[in-house]
Amino acid sequence: MPDFGYTINKQRVIDLDKNDGQTVRRVRQLEPSINICIGCGTCTATCSANIFTEFNLRQLMLLVTRGETANLRKDIEKCMLCGKCMLACPRGVNTRNVLLAISRIFTENE
Amino acid sequence: MQERLSYDPFVLPFTFGMVYIIVYLIVAMARVINALPKEDKQRLAKGIFSKKIFISIKEIFLECLIHRKIFKHNKWLGFMHMSIAFGWFMMILLAHIEVKLYAPTRFNLPYYPIFFRYFMMETETTLRGGLLFFLMDFFLLLTLTGVGMAMYKRINKRRFGMRRTTRLRLGDTIAMYTLWAIFPLRLLAESFTSNVSGGSFLTRGFGLVFENFVSNPDHTLPIWWAYSIALGIFMVALPHSRFMHIPTEMLLIVLRNSGIKVEKKNKGIATISIYSCSRCGMCLDPCQMVSAARLNNRASVYFLRQVRHKEKETENTANACLMCGRCVQACPVGIDSCAIKQNVRDQRSLPTGTEQQYSYLPQPIASEIKPEILYFAGCMTHLTPGIKQSMEAIFKHANVNYQFMDEKGSICCGRPLLLAGQTAAGERLIETNKKIIAESGAKILVTSCPICYRAFNETYNLPIKVLHHTEYLERLIDEGRIKPQKSLKNFVYHDSCELSRYSNIYKQPRNVLRSIAYLQPTPYDGKDGICCGGSIGSTLLTSTQRRKIAIDAANKLTEKQPDCLVTSCPLCKKTFDNTTATDVKDIAQVVKEALIIE
Ligand code: SF4
Ligand code: SF4
Ligand code: SF4
Ligand code: SF4
Repeated sequence: MPDFGYTINKQRVIDLDKNDGQTVRRVRQLEPSINICIGCGTCTATCSANIFTEFNLRQLMLLVTRGETANLRKDIEKCMLCGKCMLACPRGVNTRNVLLAISRIFTENE
Repeated sequence: MQERLSYDPFVLPFTFGMVYIIVYLIVAMARVINALPKEDKQRLAKGIFSKKIFISIKEIFLECLIHRKIFKHNKWLGFMHMSIAFGWFMMILLAHIEVKLYAPTRFNLPYYPIFFRYFMMETETTLRGGLLFFLMDFFLLLTLTGVGMAMYKRINKRRFGMRRTTRLRLGDTIAMYTLWAIFPLRLLAESFTSNVSGGSFLTRGFGLVFENFVSNPDHTLPIWWAYSIALGIFMVALPHSRFMHIPTEMLLIVLRNSGIKVEKKNKGIATISIYSCSRCGMCLDPCQMVSAARLNNRASVYFLRQVRHKEKETENTANACLMCGRCVQACPVGIDSCAIKQNVRDQRSLPTGTEQQYSYLPQPIASEIKPEILYFAGCMTHLTPGIKQSMEAIFKHANVNYQFMDEKGSICCGRPLLLAGQTAAGERLIETNKKIIAESGAKILVTSCPICYRAFNETYNLPIKVLHHTEYLERLIDEGRIKPQKSLKNFVYHDSCELSRYSNIYKQPRNVLRSIAYLQPTPYDGKDGICCGGSIGSTLLTSTQRRKIAIDAANKLTEKQPDCLVTSCPLCKKTFDNTTATDVKDIAQVVKEALIIE
């Protein structure tokens, strides 16, 4: 086959019924401002941790909302809680507390 | 004087209350002192058996009885507190003197001094009570005035320099109303028996007014019963109300003067502090969460109450606080409520992960050339690039041999994690930064961020000098290494909490600014500095609430319409941006603008 420079992504099904809906419900309770995130990615662009390693806050929030929480545990530990994202966010999401809420839920479930 | 009686059943309610409170206090005090760590116990012993005890006694006299700090805040409020506390104390003291003088055999009966007038009668041989009667009446009048003022304060608090007063709980309400009842009842009781026991201008005067009524002895006893019951109820309610502060505040003063500070856990002196809160409400008005964001329940007075009664909301209140320290500054009892909040935060400690947490951070590279200055901008300064650019320009202009520690991105100083109670994670960052600082070989660390400044200064234990850039700029000007031009501009300087209240840096920025412009004073200078609302100390405040605080603070600071609102904290600057029509600039930026740079 000639190489057209395209690839085909692996098929990925997000089954919201099977995913972890519990976590996001609890996060919404603890930090309601996660609801107003528009996924613009400003937080990721300014993130202190993201300068040194792959750490994508926008993606992380999206994953939580979708209930794909399997790999989150390790990820949230990268955050230094510096607060840059919170100041940069155009929507005023209390990002630091979203992260604290997620990590709190992990402790509660242990 | 002569003894008439030595006992009547009406003394029972009082005696019961007194026994109850004494047992309660002894048990509580033993438990608290027992909870102190060993070193603190030794400190306490040194504090009691040394000169320090005299300082403590003086402070107890000035603060618990005279209420000096409240006087400084508002003279009417001070007078109210003083008249009740001092008046009552003097009455108790004088009553004991009376017993010692006229009925020495009864000195060991606890109720005897309190109901002295009921048990004694006047005879011709005792100068008719003279001076002591007068003094007793005088102090009763003083106390009654105080109670009257306390009642009036509930209607018109502004007269007492307060915009808000504390909302009361049931225990407080019961104790407060009985306290208000005690002194009028005492006046009536002593007046009713004054034809037998004697009295001075007040009690005798009232006695004469009620003469017909009182001539029937059946009429006097009920009022003595009422007086005794009021005292009994007050004493039983006391440990369960805010009035617990009366005994605990004294202990707090002794502990504090012994050099004991709030520990990492909420026991020992922290417990005493929690109980020492008189709920006077003087921390309500300074708190901007209350005044600007209308979050009344978040004030320290309610926080301390929530901790004391182990309420569910405690943790949220602790997390919402900006940690600006304004309430601690205003508290006449000197309660370090911020330290107690920090303890609550530390207890919820979240998983701080594995050893590998933050292993992604770069390792330090030893540099050949040792710089004179190591410059750390900090995360927040990277969000306000004007500040770091100005600092670099100034360094270059002054020919400073500097190294930019976090030019390619900051490793957070760790203070935000510590403030959020994530101690272990914070310490990992501290370790990493410490290594980098050590490798640089610099002798002075200059930072643009007051949050980092405090971390470096108080937590890092660095072997080198740490300066905030305000201090460093002052030094450069003093040494003549930079010569900024003075302009005709009008500046207002905003004292950030971290730099001013917590680190005592007031003068340096002002010296710098006076050399480049006219500096207007504001009512929020120095220790009275207001928080910008952006504080990293809070994890719970929403952006809307923060903005309300920021707008309110910016309006207050720019009332006199300065040309520029000068900050010294990148977070304050970022928070104030877009809240006011006035220009907001960092001190580094205005200094740079005042330099003639080719
Ligand atoms: S910056 Fe704010 S709105 Fe944008 S993705 Fe991040 S959290 Fe969401
Ligand atoms: S608080 Fe965490 S997520 Fe936000 S910018 Fe800092 S490191 Fe990144
Ligand atoms: S914390 Fe201090 S200022 Fe606030 S109510 Fe208690 S005693 Fe008064
Ligand atoms: S530290 Fe500041 S924000 Fe927190 S309760 Fe005290 S005054 Fe309010």
